[in-house]
Amino acid sequence: MAHHRYFPHTDADVERMLARCGVTDIDALYADVEPSLRLKKPYELPKSMSEPELERYFAALAAQNRPLTCFAGAGFYHHYTPAVIPALMSRSEFLTAYTPYQPEISQGTLQYIFEYQSMMADLTGLDVSNASMYDGATAAAEAMVMAVNSARKKRRVLVSATVAPAVQQVLATYAEAAGIILEIIPEDRGATDRTAFEQMLGAGDVAGVMVAQPNYYGIIEDYEGWADKCHEKKALMIMNCHATTLAVLRSPGEWGADIACGEAQSLGMPLNYGGPYLGYLCCRENLMRKLPGRIVGATADKDGKRSFVLTLQAREQHIRRQKATSNICSNQGIMTLHAAMYLSLMGAEGLEKVNRLSAEAAHCLADRLEATGTMKLKYADKPYLNEFAMEITDDGLTADRIIDACASEGILAGVKLTDSSILIAATEMCSPDDIGRYVSTIKNLKS
Amino acid sequence: MNKNLYSPLVFEVSHKGRHGYSLPEYDYGVNVELPKGLTRENTPALPEIDEPSLVRHYTNSSNNNFGVDTGFYPLGSCTMKYNPKVNEAMVGTAAVGALHPLQPVSTAQGALRIYRTLEKYLSEIGGMAEFTLNPFAGAHGEYTGLMVIRSYHLSRADEARRKVIVPDSAHGTNPASAAMAGFEIVEVKSLEDGTVDIEDLRGKLGSDVAAMMMTNPNTVGMFEKNIPEIAEMVHAAGALLYYDGANLNPMLGIARPGDMGFDVMHINLHKTFSTPHGGGGPGAGPVGVRAGLEQFLPNPRVVENADGSLGVICSNDAFGRVSAWLGNFTVYIKALSYILTLGSENLMKAGPLATLNANYIMHSLKDLYELPISGPCKHEFVFDGLRDKSQGVTTMHVAKSLLDYGFHAPTIYFPLLFHESLMIEPTETESVDTLDSFIDVMRKIALEAASNPEKIKEAPYTTPISHPDEDEAALNPILTYAQLCRK
Repeated sequence: MAHHRYFPHTDADVERMLARCGVTDIDALYADVEPSLRLKKPYELPKSMSEPELERYFAALAAQNRPLTCFAGAGFYHHYTPAVIPALMSRSEFLTAYTPYQPEISQGTLQYIFEYQSMMADLTGLDVSNASMYDGATAAAEAMVMAVNSARKKRRVLVSATVAPAVQQVLATYAEAAGIILEIIPEDRGATDRTAFEQMLGAGDVAGVMVAQPNYYGIIEDYEGWADKCHEKKALMIMNCHATTLAVLRSPGEWGADIACGEAQSLGMPLNYGGPYLGYLCCRENLMRKLPGRIVGATADKDGKRSFVLTLQAREQHIRRQKATSNICSNQGIMTLHAAMYLSLMGAEGLEKVNRLSAEAAHCLADRLEATGTMKLKYADKPYLNEFAMEITDDGLTADRIIDACASEGILAGVKLTDSSILIAATEMCSPDDIGRYVSTIKNLKS
Repeated sequence: MNKNLYSPLVFEVSHKGRHGYSLPEYDYGVNVELPKGLTRENTPALPEIDEPSLVRHYTNSSNNNFGVDTGFYPLGSCTMKYNPKVNEAMVGTAAVGALHPLQPVSTAQGALRIYRTLEKYLSEIGGMAEFTLNPFAGAHGEYTGLMVIRSYHLSRADEARRKVIVPDSAHGTNPASAAMAGFEIVEVKSLEDGTVDIEDLRGKLGSDVAAMMMTNPNTVGMFEKNIPEIAEMVHAAGALLYYDGANLNPMLGIARPGDMGFDVMHINLHKTFSTPHGGGGPGAGPVGVRAGLEQFLPNPRVVENADGSLGVICSNDAFGRVSAWLGNFTVYIKALSYILTLGSENLMKAGPLATLNANYIMHSLKDLYELPISGPCKHEFVFDGLRDKSQGVTTMHVAKSLLDYGFHAPTIYFPLLFHESLMIEPTETESVDTLDSFIDVMRKIALEAASNPEKIKEAPYTTPISHPDEDEAALNPILTYAQLCRK
């Protein structure tokens, strides 16, 4: 056997090991695999590449990607990643460990998850957090399932039309299979229709109501009194929020919500063409035992030393099997370390600055784009932070044309909403010069 | 591991007035005032910490952790193989960090090519027609695969199929995933040798069964040798056969699930394809299907256009959507890097070497540990505790004692078929020297369990903490720093 560098076995090793096993070749260990099932030839895959060849292979693929100056959001934002984070995340004591089943040798993992849970609970204004969900969309789906599991027999969940479309699609998928009746609360000029919400809630059988903050259009909605309305009907209020904005916007806890869920990618996680990101899920203490996924708790060891362990495992699939709160086993693990480090480095002050810079960049861009006379704010009467929808008023322009033209100038103009509207975001990564380039590109397109 | 390097929490090394961020001071010439009532009342109680202190905090904290790079990690069913460093480097080389998921596909062709190439390679390895890479983890893959199966039956107006059969030896995720997909769970018994009881299965198959889920090799490390017959029975009953790919590793180079008769499968890239487990994730659970089921795969899908370019589509035939975008993207880069590094010729060897390593340990310890199922195992095997149980030394004690010797413990108390399960999976990337050291220690523990049982029962002695009170943690949960401070 010729040996690859990942396989330590020499021929002599193999011989000695086979002797211990009482067989003459490895094939004998597969005698129970019927010959008709056996692979007759090697996989039709490339031959082994050396490191230099591999580097060349991926560099060639990289050349087919075009990184653009990012003015797109729609749930995923290009914020700054402190250089410290990738450096520490690559420590193999963290990276090459698995779920901390053995707390004695996993305090590193357990501790950062505990720190993460603490910070997310604080940001959402709720009591507890789990140790992560896969992404914002699946976190929302699990929040919906949680509401129904907590409600006994009630099957309706109301979801605002201003929740991101991809999240709505994931909710619909999970709801249909689980026998949950998902109903969409219509929108009224970019915000959830309050009258419709009250009517739908009043119809009864509602386990939970999910709204977004900021919503898909970037609008900061006013949910004053919504939690009380939900609670009067014994429905849970679920808020789906972008993590970064939690630091400055009224928190789910302050609105009176019971569950907060969403995407934490905005906490400085690289865009990475969609992942890995981080779904967060927090709730009030009374719902703690309905939370899905891993949870870390503090306790003491036999000498009284503070220790962290996986806890409340009686909720989980490896104990409860089909009666578990969820099937989740592996989660986003080390992305919670990213979040904990990001939130620590930033602190409340840094996050306030990130939000302020992002909001100023967005408002500056919106003003200047309106001034080109080609578009206007679609929901001009609504407050927004770092994302806004533009209605294209120039007859010669479409969302596609703007996006394509900007892409050839190295700019990602935003995300298409309709043929004549576009969703645009800005962050602290957009310099005034970047904004200038965007605006000139649009001016040049003007008919 | 130095047990004195015990770290405080980051909150406890925080000092008011310090900060660790670096942000531009751009002047955008606007001032944004948000309406009162929409802004936060309480300032978040986040740490305030400088950069060097933060680096030291997490570096020390990492020293209280154990990974594959630290030492042998024979955690059964988790395939803790070496995580190649070049895979991590290729994430940088592929230059996807700044790619927004919703940017025009014409500007992300390299990324889409990575997705499509890995999809094709996994199809070849799985013997399937098509894969989706979107699912984020193994359990998420199970859910996705079951939703494909559900859609398949519904598309044929076969609505009575409400049941999914799982063996009693299955991973807990199997029944949990089936329940989330809206199915009723029917358990099928195992025989003494740990394989599926065909007679029991025969009685449970019927026109109300949607699928049977199997792990092959199963969770006791035995190959389900009757798989051709099982596949025939399941298909004859109109149901589909699902392959839980958690244990795919020993089948590399040996046999493909598609050729065994499986219709739908998932693969854990963080197991068989060497991507790091990250203390719990992110993993990836791509799902493959045989020809005729492709249209049910979830949205969004990566497709090849007539001109050879790649596009992303959403189709109405898909059962729905399980992720905001295309899943844990950088994990695919690592898995593709692994496949290309090994190449066809070495992938063919990975399975056999993993099996050799497992059998070597099994034969070296079966005189001291109870081997409930004999015969060649595959990538892993299960001991039912010590042979000599007279001194009351349990699997838990053995596991904790191993920690003192610099080994991670095996998976314990799973599968549920035995009272004292100790499930050992060495993987192919461990040298015989490492296996020998592990065997020596396991023998030493077994002998000491007889001669000095109290010593073993008190282990571990050298770890940063010992015997944390897990009952207290569950009884009076303290889940945040705020709760800890109130205590």
